[in-house]
Amino acid sequence: MAEEKKYTTVSIPKPLYDKIKARIEGTGFTSVSDYVTYVLREVLASLEEEEKEEVFSEEEEEKVKERLRALGYLD
Amino acid sequence: MVSKPHGGRLVRRIVADRTRERILSEQKEYPRVEIDHGRAIDLENIAHGVYSPLKGFLTSNDFQSVLDHMRLDDDTPWTIPIVLDVKEPNFEEGDAVLLYHDGLPIARMHIEEIYTYDKKEFAIKVFKTDDPAHPGVARVMNMGNYLVGGEIELLNELPNPFAKYTLRPVETRVLFKELGWRTIVAFQTRNAPHVGHEYVQKAALTFVDGLFINPVLGKKKKGDYKDEVIIKAYEALFKHYYPKDAATLATVRYEMRYAGPREAVHHAIMRKNMGATHFIVGRDHAGVGDYYGPYEAWEMFENFPDLGITPMFIREAFYCRKCGGMVNAKICPHPKEFHVHISGTKLRKMIMAGEQPPEYMMRPEVFEVIRSFENPFVE
Repeated sequence: MAEEKKYTTVSIPKPLYDKIKARIEGTGFTSVSDYVTYVLREVLASLEEEEKEEVFSEEEEEKVKERLRALGYLD
Repeated sequence: MVSKPHGGRLVRRIVADRTRERILSEQKEYPRVEIDHGRAIDLENIAHGVYSPLKGFLTSNDFQSVLDHMRLDDDTPWTIPIVLDVKEPNFEEGDAVLLYHDGLPIARMHIEEIYTYDKKEFAIKVFKTDDPAHPGVARVMNMGNYLVGGEIELLNELPNPFAKYTLRPVETRVLFKELGWRTIVAFQTRNAPHVGHEYVQKAALTFVDGLFINPVLGKKKKGDYKDEVIIKAYEALFKHYYPKDAATLATVRYEMRYAGPREAVHHAIMRKNMGATHFIVGRDHAGVGDYYGPYEAWEMFENFPDLGITPMFIREAFYCRKCGGMVNAKICPHPKEFHVHISGTKLRKMIMAGEQPPEYMMRPEVFEVIRSFENPFVE
Protein backbone atom coordinates (compact mmCIF):
# COMPACT_ATOMS: atom_id res chain seq x y z
CA MET A 1 0.00 0.00 0.00
CA ALA A 2 1.25 3.49 -0.77
CA GLU A 3 2.77 5.70 1.88
CA GLU A 4 1.09 8.91 3.04
CA LYS A 5 1.43 11.63 0.43
CA LYS A 6 4.75 13.43 0.63
CA TYR A 7 4.99 17.15 1.24
CA THR A 8 7.87 19.54 0.74
CA THR A 9 8.76 22.93 2.16
CA VAL A 10 9.08 26.21 0.29
CA SER A 11 10.13 29.55 1.70
CA ILE A 12 8.09 32.71 1.52
CA PRO A 13 8.96 36.10 3.09
CA LYS A 14 7.92 36.35 6.73
CA PRO A 15 5.81 39.53 6.23
CA LEU A 16 3.90 37.74 3.46
CA TYR A 17 3.38 34.74 5.73
CA ASP A 18 2.02 37.06 8.43
CA LYS A 19 -0.32 38.76 5.96
CA ILE A 20 -1.68 35.43 4.81
CA LYS A 21 -2.07 34.22 8.36
CA ALA A 22 -4.11 37.30 9.22
CA ARG A 23 -6.12 36.98 6.03
CA ILE A 24 -7.22 33.38 6.58
CA GLU A 25 -8.55 33.98 10.07
CA GLY A 26 -12.24 33.09 10.19
CA THR A 27 -12.14 31.38 6.79
CA GLY A 28 -12.26 27.64 6.19
CA PHE A 29 -8.49 27.48 5.77
CA THR A 30 -6.78 25.96 8.75
CA SER A 31 -3.19 26.80 7.85
CA VAL A 32 -1.10 29.07 5.68
CA SER A 33 0.12 25.98 3.84
CA ASP A 34 -3.45 25.02 2.93
CA TYR A 35 -4.17 28.50 1.64
CA VAL A 36 -0.95 28.73 -0.36
CA THR A 37 -1.63 25.28 -1.87
CA TYR A 38 -5.15 26.38 -2.82
CA VAL A 39 -3.98 29.60 -4.45
CA LEU A 40 -1.13 27.95 -6.34
CA ARG A 41 -3.41 25.25 -7.68
CA GLU A 42 -5.79 27.93 -8.87
CA VAL A 43 -3.02 29.94 -10.53
CA LEU A 44 -1.48 26.91 -12.25
CA ALA A 45 -4.88 25.75 -13.49
CA SER A 46 -5.66 29.16 -14.99
CA LEU A 47 -2.26 29.26 -16.72
CA GLU A 48 -2.87 25.80 -18.18
CA GLU A 49 -6.29 26.88 -19.39
CA GLU A 50 -4.64 29.55 -21.52
CA GLU A 51 -2.51 27.00 -23.34
CA LYS A 52 -3.57 25.89 -26.79
CA GLU A 53 -6.28 23.24 -26.96
CA GLU A 54 -5.63 19.80 -28.37
CA VAL A 55 -5.87 19.64 -32.15
CA PHE A 56 -7.30 16.70 -34.08
CA SER A 57 -5.88 15.78 -37.44
CA GLU A 58 -7.98 17.09 -40.33
CA GLU A 59 -8.70 13.58 -41.52
CA GLU A 60 -9.84 12.48 -38.08
CA GLU A 61 -11.99 15.55 -37.63
CA GLU A 62 -13.64 15.02 -41.01
CA LYS A 63 -14.44 11.42 -40.11
CA VAL A 64 -16.04 12.54 -36.85
CA LYS A 65 -18.06 15.21 -38.67
CA GLU A 66 -19.34 12.61 -41.12
CA ARG A 67 -20.59 10.45 -38.25
CA LEU A 68 -22.19 13.44 -36.54
CA ARG A 69 -23.97 14.34 -39.79
CA ALA A 70 -25.11 10.74 -40.28
CA LEU A 71 -26.54 10.70 -36.78
CA GLY A 72 -28.31 14.02 -37.29
CA TYR A 73 -26.21 16.06 -34.86
CA LEU A 74 -24.93 18.31 -37.67
CA ASP A 75 -26.69 19.53 -40.83
CA MET B 1 -13.13 27.37 -26.59
CA VAL B 2 -14.27 24.02 -25.22
CA SER B 3 -12.67 22.69 -22.03
CA LYS B 4 -9.16 21.39 -22.08
CA PRO B 5 -9.16 17.66 -21.28
CA HIS B 6 -8.61 16.84 -17.62
CA GLY B 7 -4.91 16.39 -16.99
CA GLY B 8 -4.03 18.13 -20.26
CA ARG B 9 -4.53 15.50 -22.97
CA LEU B 10 -7.47 13.47 -24.17
CA VAL B 11 -6.63 9.82 -23.63
CA ARG B 12 -7.40 7.34 -26.39
CA ARG B 13 -6.47 3.74 -25.79
CA ILE B 14 -7.87 1.98 -28.82
CA VAL B 15 -5.56 -0.33 -30.74
CA ALA B 16 -5.13 -0.02 -34.49
CA ASP B 17 -6.91 -2.68 -36.61
CA ARG B 18 -3.76 -4.66 -37.50
CA THR B 19 -2.55 -4.78 -33.90
CA ARG B 20 -6.01 -5.84 -32.81
CA GLU B 21 -6.07 -8.70 -35.29
CA ARG B 22 -2.65 -9.85 -34.16
CA ILE B 23 -3.57 -9.74 -30.46
CA LEU B 24 -6.82 -11.59 -31.08
CA SER B 25 -5.03 -14.25 -33.13
CA GLU B 26 -2.75 -14.79 -30.14
CA GLN B 27 -5.48 -14.62 -27.51
CA LYS B 28 -4.89 -18.13 -26.17
CA GLU B 29 -1.38 -17.09 -25.13
CA TYR B 30 -2.67 -14.50 -22.65
CA PRO B 31 -4.06 -15.15 -19.18
CA ARG B 32 -7.83 -14.64 -19.39
CA VAL B 33 -9.55 -12.36 -16.87
CA GLU B 34 -13.33 -12.07 -16.73
CA ILE B 35 -14.69 -8.68 -15.70
CA ASP B 36 -18.22 -7.59 -14.84
CA HIS B 37 -20.31 -5.14 -16.82
CA GLY B 38 -19.52 -2.17 -14.60
CA ARG B 39 -15.77 -2.65 -15.00
CA ALA B 40 -16.19 -3.20 -18.73
CA ILE B 41 -17.98 0.15 -18.94
CA ASP B 42 -15.17 1.77 -16.93
CA LEU B 43 -12.70 0.28 -19.35
CA GLU B 44 -14.59 1.68 -22.32
CA ASN B 45 -14.64 5.09 -20.65
CA ILE B 46 -10.89 4.95 -20.05
CA ALA B 47 -10.25 3.95 -23.66
CA HIS B 48 -12.36 6.77 -25.09
CA GLY B 49 -10.99 9.45 -22.79
CA VAL B 50 -14.12 9.96 -20.68
CA TYR B 51 -11.84 9.34 -17.69
CA SER B 52 -8.80 11.28 -18.99
CA PRO B 53 -6.04 11.35 -17.80
CA LEU B 54 -6.45 7.70 -16.69
CA LYS B 55 -4.85 5.28 -19.12
CA GLY B 56 -5.85 2.23 -17.12
CA PHE B 57 -7.01 1.03 -13.73
CA LEU B 58 -5.39 2.70 -10.72
CA THR B 59 -2.17 1.46 -9.19
CA SER B 60 -1.78 1.62 -5.40
CA ASN B 61 -0.15 5.07 -5.24
CA ASP B 62 -2.98 6.65 -7.17
CA PHE B 63 -5.61 4.57 -5.38
CA GLN B 64 -4.42 5.61 -1.93
CA SER B 65 -4.01 9.22 -2.98
CA VAL B 66 -7.59 9.27 -4.32
CA LEU B 67 -8.88 7.86 -1.03
CA ASP B 68 -6.84 10.22 1.15
CA HIS B 69 -6.66 13.43 -0.89
CA MET B 70 -9.23 13.14 -3.70
CA ARG B 71 -6.35 13.60 -6.12
CA LEU B 72 -4.18 11.35 -8.24
CA ASP B 73 -0.60 10.96 -7.09
CA ASP B 74 0.44 13.79 -9.46
CA ASP B 75 -2.08 16.16 -7.76
CA THR B 76 -4.71 16.03 -10.52
CA PRO B 77 -8.19 16.20 -8.93
CA TRP B 78 -9.79 12.72 -8.92
CA THR B 79 -12.44 11.61 -6.47
CA ILE B 80 -13.69 8.13 -7.43
CA PRO B 81 -11.27 5.17 -7.47
CA ILE B 82 -11.44 3.50 -10.88
CA VAL B 83 -10.16 0.08 -9.96
CA LEU B 84 -10.24 -3.46 -11.22
CA ASP B 85 -10.69 -6.16 -8.59
CA VAL B 86 -9.99 -9.87 -8.91
CA LYS B 87 -10.67 -12.71 -6.52
CA GLU B 88 -7.45 -14.62 -7.09
CA PRO B 89 -4.97 -13.42 -9.72
CA ASN B 90 -3.99 -15.98 -12.37
CA PHE B 91 -1.16 -13.73 -13.58
CA GLU B 92 1.81 -11.79 -12.23
CA GLU B 93 3.02 -8.21 -12.27
CA GLY B 94 4.60 -7.52 -15.65
CA ASP B 95 2.19 -9.83 -17.51
CA ALA B 96 -0.17 -8.74 -20.24
CA VAL B 97 -3.65 -10.23 -19.86
CA LEU B 98 -6.83 -10.16 -21.93
CA LEU B 99 -9.94 -8.86 -20.25
CA TYR B 100 -13.20 -10.55 -21.24
CA HIS B 101 -16.80 -9.67 -20.66
CA ASP B 102 -19.58 -12.11 -21.59
CA GLY B 103 -17.12 -14.16 -23.64
CA LEU B 104 -15.94 -11.16 -25.66
CA PRO B 105 -12.27 -10.12 -25.42
CA ILE B 106 -12.55 -6.39 -24.87
CA ALA B 107 -9.09 -5.23 -23.88
CA ARG B 108 -5.48 -6.05 -23.26
CA MET B 109 -4.14 -4.91 -19.91
CA HIS B 110 -0.52 -4.55 -18.88
CA ILE B 111 -0.39 -5.58 -15.22
CA GLU B 112 1.77 -3.04 -13.46
CA GLU B 113 0.77 -3.92 -9.92
CA ILE B 114 -1.29 -6.39 -7.91
CA TYR B 115 -2.17 -5.13 -4.43
CA THR B 116 -4.48 -5.66 -1.50
CA TYR B 117 -6.66 -2.99 0.06
CA ASP B 118 -8.93 -2.32 2.99
CA LYS B 119 -12.59 -2.48 1.91
CA LYS B 120 -13.84 -0.67 4.99
CA GLU B 121 -11.42 2.19 4.43
CA PHE B 122 -12.48 2.33 0.76
CA ALA B 123 -16.15 2.51 1.75
CA ILE B 124 -15.78 5.09 4.50
CA LYS B 125 -13.53 7.42 2.55
CA VAL B 126 -15.48 7.30 -0.71
CA PHE B 127 -19.06 6.85 0.53
CA LYS B 128 -18.70 8.31 4.04
CA THR B 129 -20.28 5.16 5.42
CA ASP B 130 -19.68 1.43 5.64
CA ASP B 131 -23.40 0.67 5.86
CA PRO B 132 -23.97 -2.30 3.55
CA ALA B 133 -27.42 -0.91 2.74
CA HIS B 134 -25.63 1.76 0.68
CA PRO B 135 -25.46 0.34 -2.90
CA GLY B 136 -21.90 1.62 -3.45
CA VAL B 137 -20.71 0.12 -0.17
CA ALA B 138 -22.41 -3.19 -0.98
CA ARG B 139 -20.58 -3.26 -4.30
CA VAL B 140 -17.21 -2.64 -2.61
CA MET B 141 -17.83 -5.32 0.02
CA ASN B 142 -18.53 -7.85 -2.74
CA MET B 143 -15.35 -7.03 -4.64
CA GLY B 144 -12.40 -9.40 -4.89
CA ASN B 145 -9.59 -9.06 -2.38
CA TYR B 146 -6.99 -7.92 -4.91
CA LEU B 147 -6.82 -4.83 -7.08
CA VAL B 148 -4.80 -4.77 -10.28
CA GLY B 149 -3.41 -1.60 -11.77
CA GLY B 150 -2.06 -0.95 -15.22
CA GLU B 151 -2.73 0.51 -18.65
CA ILE B 152 -5.34 -0.89 -21.00
CA GLU B 153 -5.89 -1.03 -24.74
CA LEU B 154 -9.39 -1.48 -26.13
CA LEU B 155 -9.82 -4.33 -28.59
CA ASN B 156 -13.59 -4.55 -29.00
CA GLU B 157 -16.48 -2.24 -28.24
CA LEU B 158 -19.12 -3.68 -25.95
CA PRO B 159 -22.52 -4.27 -27.54
CA ASN B 160 -24.45 -1.02 -27.20
CA PRO B 161 -28.18 -0.87 -27.96
CA PHE B 162 -27.95 2.93 -27.88
CA ALA B 163 -24.85 3.35 -30.07
CA LYS B 164 -26.47 6.03 -32.22
CA TYR B 165 -27.02 8.20 -29.15
CA THR B 166 -23.62 7.55 -27.57
CA LEU B 167 -21.05 10.20 -28.36
CA ARG B 168 -17.42 9.96 -27.27
CA PRO B 169 -15.36 12.94 -26.11
CA VAL B 170 -13.67 13.21 -29.51
CA GLU B 171 -17.11 13.54 -31.07
CA THR B 172 -18.69 15.93 -28.59
CA ARG B 173 -15.63 18.18 -28.85
CA VAL B 174 -15.94 18.37 -32.64
CA LEU B 175 -19.71 18.81 -32.32
CA PHE B 176 -19.42 21.79 -29.96
CA LYS B 177 -16.78 23.36 -32.18
CA GLU B 178 -18.96 22.94 -35.28
CA LEU B 179 -21.96 24.39 -33.47
CA GLY B 180 -19.81 27.40 -32.59
CA TRP B 181 -20.28 26.97 -28.85
CA ARG B 182 -17.48 28.37 -26.73
CA THR B 183 -19.22 27.79 -23.43
CA ILE B 184 -21.21 24.64 -22.80
CA VAL B 185 -23.13 23.58 -19.71
CA ALA B 186 -23.57 19.85 -19.17
CA PHE B 187 -26.49 18.26 -17.35
CA GLN B 188 -26.25 14.76 -15.93
CA THR B 189 -29.45 12.80 -15.59
CA ARG B 190 -30.93 9.35 -14.93
CA ASN B 191 -34.53 10.46 -15.31
CA ALA B 192 -37.17 11.37 -17.84
CA PRO B 193 -37.46 15.15 -17.64
CA HIS B 194 -40.04 17.01 -15.63
CA VAL B 195 -40.57 20.76 -15.67
CA GLY B 196 -38.23 21.25 -12.70
CA HIS B 197 -35.36 19.78 -14.71
CA GLU B 198 -36.25 21.99 -17.65
CA TYR B 199 -36.20 25.09 -15.46
CA VAL B 200 -32.75 24.28 -14.06
CA GLN B 201 -31.33 23.53 -17.51
CA LYS B 202 -32.73 26.67 -19.08
CA ALA B 203 -31.62 28.83 -16.16
CA ALA B 204 -28.07 27.54 -16.76
CA LEU B 205 -28.33 27.92 -20.53
CA THR B 206 -29.09 31.60 -20.07
CA PHE B 207 -25.44 32.15 -19.22
CA VAL B 208 -23.68 29.97 -21.81
CA ASP B 209 -23.77 29.21 -25.55
CA GLY B 210 -25.01 25.64 -25.43
CA LEU B 211 -26.74 23.06 -23.27
CA PHE B 212 -25.48 19.48 -23.34
CA ILE B 213 -27.93 16.96 -21.86
CA ASN B 214 -25.99 13.82 -21.12
CA PRO B 215 -28.12 11.02 -19.66
CA VAL B 216 -26.31 8.15 -18.02
CA LEU B 217 -27.38 4.82 -19.40
CA GLY B 218 -26.69 1.52 -17.74
CA LYS B 219 -27.56 -0.48 -14.68
CA LYS B 220 -30.72 0.78 -13.07
CA LYS B 221 -32.68 0.25 -9.89
CA LYS B 222 -36.18 -1.22 -9.90
CA GLY B 223 -38.68 1.55 -10.58
CA ASP B 224 -36.24 3.75 -12.53
CA TYR B 225 -37.14 4.86 -16.04
CA LYS B 226 -35.86 2.52 -18.75
CA ASP B 227 -33.04 3.91 -20.88
CA GLU B 228 -35.11 4.15 -24.08
CA VAL B 229 -37.84 6.04 -22.21
CA ILE B 230 -35.35 8.66 -21.01
CA ILE B 231 -34.02 9.18 -24.51
CA LYS B 232 -37.41 9.39 -26.19
CA ALA B 233 -38.79 11.68 -23.47
CA TYR B 234 -35.88 14.09 -23.95
CA GLU B 235 -36.30 13.97 -27.72
CA ALA B 236 -39.90 15.08 -27.26
CA LEU B 237 -38.84 17.88 -24.94
CA PHE B 238 -36.16 19.02 -27.39
CA LYS B 239 -38.58 18.97 -30.30
CA HIS B 240 -41.17 21.15 -28.62
CA TYR B 241 -39.40 23.29 -26.05
CA TYR B 242 -35.67 23.75 -26.78
CA PRO B 243 -33.93 26.05 -29.24
CA LYS B 244 -32.39 23.81 -31.92
CA ASP B 245 -29.11 25.70 -32.12
CA ALA B 246 -28.51 25.86 -28.38
CA ALA B 247 -29.12 22.38 -27.01
CA THR B 248 -28.03 18.86 -27.83
CA LEU B 249 -28.56 15.39 -26.42
CA ALA B 250 -26.13 12.47 -26.26
CA THR B 251 -25.76 9.60 -23.83
CA VAL B 252 -22.87 8.09 -21.90
CA ARG B 253 -22.60 4.64 -20.36
CA TYR B 254 -21.57 4.68 -16.75
CA GLU B 255 -22.31 2.75 -13.57
CA MET B 256 -23.47 5.02 -10.79
CA ARG B 257 -21.62 4.71 -7.47
CA TYR B 258 -24.02 6.87 -5.42
CA ALA B 259 -21.02 8.50 -3.76
CA GLY B 260 -22.77 11.89 -3.46
CA PRO B 261 -20.29 14.79 -3.19
CA ARG B 262 -17.28 12.86 -4.46
CA GLU B 263 -19.23 11.51 -7.39
CA ALA B 264 -20.55 14.97 -8.30
CA VAL B 265 -16.95 16.04 -8.92
CA HIS B 266 -16.36 12.86 -10.93
CA HIS B 267 -19.41 13.59 -13.07
CA ALA B 268 -18.05 17.08 -13.73
CA ILE B 269 -14.66 15.67 -14.77
CA MET B 270 -16.33 13.28 -17.24
CA ARG B 271 -18.18 16.21 -18.86
CA LYS B 272 -15.04 18.35 -18.87
CA ASN B 273 -13.41 15.62 -20.94
CA MET B 274 -16.37 15.78 -23.29
CA GLY B 275 -15.67 19.48 -23.77
CA ALA B 276 -18.16 21.10 -21.38
CA THR B 277 -17.01 24.28 -19.66
CA HIS B 278 -19.77 24.29 -17.04
CA PHE B 279 -21.58 21.60 -15.10
CA ILE B 280 -24.90 21.73 -13.26
CA VAL B 281 -24.58 20.32 -9.77
CA GLY B 282 -27.95 19.27 -8.50
CA ARG B 283 -29.48 19.07 -5.07
CA ASP B 284 -28.30 15.83 -3.42
CA HIS B 285 -26.28 15.12 -6.54
CA ALA B 286 -25.46 11.39 -6.96
CA GLY B 287 -26.87 10.75 -3.51
CA VAL B 288 -28.92 7.88 -2.21
CA GLY B 289 -30.98 7.64 0.98
CA ASP B 290 -29.93 10.15 3.64
CA TYR B 291 -26.19 9.57 3.53
CA TYR B 292 -25.35 13.07 2.28
CA GLY B 293 -26.65 16.55 3.01
CA PRO B 294 -28.75 18.10 0.21
CA TYR B 295 -26.08 20.66 -0.69
CA GLU B 296 -22.95 18.76 0.39
CA ALA B 297 -21.95 18.27 -3.23
CA TRP B 298 -21.88 22.05 -3.72
CA GLU B 299 -19.44 22.43 -0.85
CA MET B 300 -17.20 19.69 -2.20
CA PHE B 301 -16.30 21.81 -5.24
CA GLU B 302 -14.59 24.32 -2.95
CA ASN B 303 -11.72 21.84 -2.65
CA PHE B 304 -10.91 22.05 -6.33
CA PRO B 305 -9.84 25.50 -7.55
CA ASP B 306 -7.96 23.65 -10.30
CA LEU B 307 -10.84 21.50 -11.57
CA GLY B 308 -11.00 23.26 -14.95
CA ILE B 309 -14.79 23.16 -15.25
CA THR B 310 -17.13 25.64 -13.61
CA PRO B 311 -19.83 24.16 -11.39
CA MET B 312 -23.22 25.85 -11.62
CA PHE B 313 -25.24 25.63 -8.46
CA ILE B 314 -28.85 26.12 -9.38
CA ARG B 315 -31.40 25.58 -6.69
CA GLU B 316 -34.19 23.07 -6.97
CA ALA B 317 -37.16 24.45 -8.86
CA PHE B 318 -40.76 24.30 -7.71
CA TYR B 319 -44.04 25.74 -8.88
CA CYS B 320 -45.36 28.72 -6.92
CA ARG B 321 -49.09 29.30 -7.17
CA LYS B 322 -48.66 32.96 -6.24
CA CYS B 323 -45.83 33.60 -8.74
CA GLY B 324 -47.70 31.53 -11.31
CA GLY B 325 -44.60 29.78 -12.57
CA MET B 326 -41.46 27.80 -11.84
CA VAL B 327 -39.18 29.47 -9.29
CA ASN B 328 -36.64 28.56 -6.67
CA ALA B 329 -36.15 29.43 -3.03
CA LYS B 330 -33.80 32.29 -3.87
CA ILE B 331 -36.21 34.19 -6.07
CA CYS B 332 -39.62 33.42 -4.59
CA PRO B 333 -40.81 35.53 -1.63
CA HIS B 334 -43.99 33.54 -0.94
CA PRO B 335 -44.69 31.18 1.94
CA LYS B 336 -44.52 27.41 1.58
CA GLU B 337 -48.26 26.90 1.24
CA PHE B 338 -48.05 28.34 -2.28
CA HIS B 339 -45.25 25.98 -3.32
CA VAL B 340 -45.71 22.72 -5.21
CA HIS B 341 -42.57 20.59 -5.23
CA ILE B 342 -42.20 18.21 -8.13
CA SER B 343 -41.46 14.81 -6.73
CA GLY B 344 -40.08 12.18 -9.09
CA THR B 345 -41.65 9.45 -6.96
CA LYS B 346 -45.05 11.13 -7.07
CA LEU B 347 -44.77 11.59 -10.83
CA ARG B 348 -43.93 7.92 -11.30
CA LYS B 349 -46.95 6.92 -9.24
CA MET B 350 -49.22 9.15 -11.34
CA ILE B 351 -47.81 7.73 -14.56
CA MET B 352 -48.21 4.16 -13.33
CA ALA B 353 -51.84 4.92 -12.51
CA GLY B 354 -52.32 6.32 -16.03
CA GLU B 355 -53.00 9.78 -14.61
CA GLN B 356 -51.67 12.76 -16.57
CA PRO B 357 -49.57 15.06 -14.37
CA PRO B 358 -50.47 18.76 -14.44
CA GLU B 359 -48.58 20.78 -17.07
CA TYR B 360 -46.56 22.62 -14.45
CA MET B 361 -45.09 19.25 -13.48
CA MET B 362 -44.59 17.48 -16.79
CA ARG B 363 -44.93 18.61 -20.39
CA PRO B 364 -47.85 16.79 -22.06
CA GLU B 365 -45.60 15.77 -24.98
CA VAL B 366 -43.20 14.12 -22.54
CA PHE B 367 -46.05 12.35 -20.77
CA GLU B 368 -47.39 11.08 -24.12
CA VAL B 369 -44.02 9.54 -24.92
CA ILE B 370 -43.75 7.86 -21.54
CA ARG B 371 -47.32 6.60 -21.79
CA SER B 372 -46.59 5.11 -25.22
CA PHE B 373 -44.37 2.50 -23.55
CA GLU B 374 -46.16 -0.54 -22.22
CA ASN B 375 -43.98 -0.46 -19.14
CA PRO B 376 -41.68 2.55 -18.92
CA PHE B 377 -40.07 1.46 -15.65
CA VAL B 378 -37.42 -1.09 -14.77
CA GLU B 379 -39.03 -4.16 -13.18
